Amino acid sequence: MLIRRPPDIRTAEITTEAAYLSRREFLSGLALAGVALSAGERRALGRMLPRDDDKLTPWESVTTYNNFYEFGTDKSDPSENSKNFKARPWKVRVEGEIAKPGDYDFDALVNPYKAEEHVYRHRCVEAWSMVIPWLGFPLKDFVARMQPTSRAKYVEFTTLHDPAQMPGQRSRILPWPYVEALRLDEAMNPLALLVTGLYGKPLPNQNGAPLRLVVPWKYGFKGGKSIVRIRFTAEQPLTTWAAVAPDEYGFFANVNPSVDHPRWSQARERRIGELFRRPTLPFNGYADQVAGLYAGMDLRRNF
Amino acid sequence: MTRLQFTTRVVKPLAFVASLGPLVWLVLAAFGYRDIGADPVKTIQVVTGLATIVLLLATLAVTPLRKYTHWSELIRLRRMLGLFAFFYVLLHAVTYFVFDQSLDPGLIWADTVKHPRIAVGFVAFLVLIPLAVTSTDGMIRRLGKRWGRLHRLVYLATALGVLHYLMVQKLDITKGIVYLVAFLLLMALRLPAWLRRPAPRLGTRNSELGTTQ
Repeated sequence: MLIRRPPDIRTAEITTEAAYLSRREFLSGLALAGVALSAGERRALGRMLPRDDDKLTPWESVTTYNNFYEFGTDKSDPSENSKNFKARPWKVRVEGEIAKPGDYDFDALVNPYKAEEHVYRHRCVEAWSMVIPWLGFPLKDFVARMQPTSRAKYVEFTTLHDPAQMPGQRSRILPWPYVEALRLDEAMNPLALLVTGLYGKPLPNQNGAPLRLVVPWKYGFKGGKSIVRIRFTAEQPLTTWAAVAPDEYGFFANVNPSVDHPRWSQARERRIGELFRRPTLPFNGYADQVAGLYAGMDLRRNF
Repeated sequence: MTRLQFTTRVVKPLAFVASLGPLVWLVLAAFGYRDIGADPVKTIQVVTGLATIVLLLATLAVTPLRKYTHWSELIRLRRMLGLFAFFYVLLHAVTYFVFDQSLDPGLIWADTVKHPRIAVGFVAFLVLIPLAVTSTDGMIRRLGKRWGRLHRLVYLATALGVLHYLMVQKLDITKGIVYLVAFLLLMALRLPAWLRRPAPRLGTRNSELGTTQ
């Protein structure tokens, strides 16, 4: 059977990878308002793409094939049900074990940082994957700015709870709001990003506007979306999926081909846009950068 | 028009077209006339899997419908519905073998023994094969009473199919519960007859496919 994508372009806003690649240096600063990239920073664009067979997943797929249960459980629900979502004005409460707790307006939160583009593999726990050019800034820079106390060991990210805007929250498939968290040393790894855009554009609502977390060596569900609260804690937070199904979803959720989900294999994945599966890499291919975080840990038990 | 003619000339062609619906949708999608989504293989598996379950339930609905409506000519639809169910489960299994497991027997075996949901679906598929193979007039004649006994395996296949569907769902099992309830209802409708006749007289009627299950 011949399988190809629909030939018609359905939205005027669509950006092809080709157009994107030619325009990226002009656009990449837009998501963080008023920030222009220097020549040196532009050279940094496109790093973190260590494998030749990683091609960017088309914008169309990245923005219509989403797991964002706040807007519904079907992959197409987020793009269809988030059209009227209000991502501005936006406030983020930052609290817990830090020197500078408070409510930050979105602009005040992101303005100190320069836009960085990171092209990351994105591996869903459902065994599909994408390659996405994120736009954002390292989480570690934000953590440093908040000056965690010596008691801070974890960072917790809470998604907006607003059933009026998020129809998926009207059913109790998950205990809302959605909560995710990292160990502080994981949050300090340079790969972990706070993301405000993709493909050089502000983050679409269905991808977690206006602010989300991206942790490329972990399964996608670790990346909380539409973040309204960031809390620094001494104790390990109870994260949503680990609370709902602790035997299926662990706190760490590092991409690991040798530890299966109880109901399906994690050894191989389907890259969106491809028909056949490819092997899944330990830590999603970022072992060199992150494996040290887990030295001495039994990753079968701490899945 | 007699009721027999109405059944074979109107109802059966309509059921044929309806059963073809999922395939037509997939073909249109494959050529870009419908949105097959970012993961076409997954879409094919979801569509063919659902079609299989719905058609198996439709097959199981024929006997109770005949009994309670006295529209006995509905039996003319049953083989067609069952064969459509097999057609879709075949597509379902082949996409899994080819695209998910690259036709590697080792991978297929490992996936089957490690993951109950795959094992359940696999057994359901295997059970349906002899039923499809023995669906010809010649086989029905040759097998006689044994044909009816063999084809009672469709209860097992449907039960496993619904179970497989329930196990595949990540979180929301509403639709799976609907199929489960439908299956249990169709089985419950058979109970009175089974209780009256512990060993139903199968394959002894004069009608085209002379069994009531």
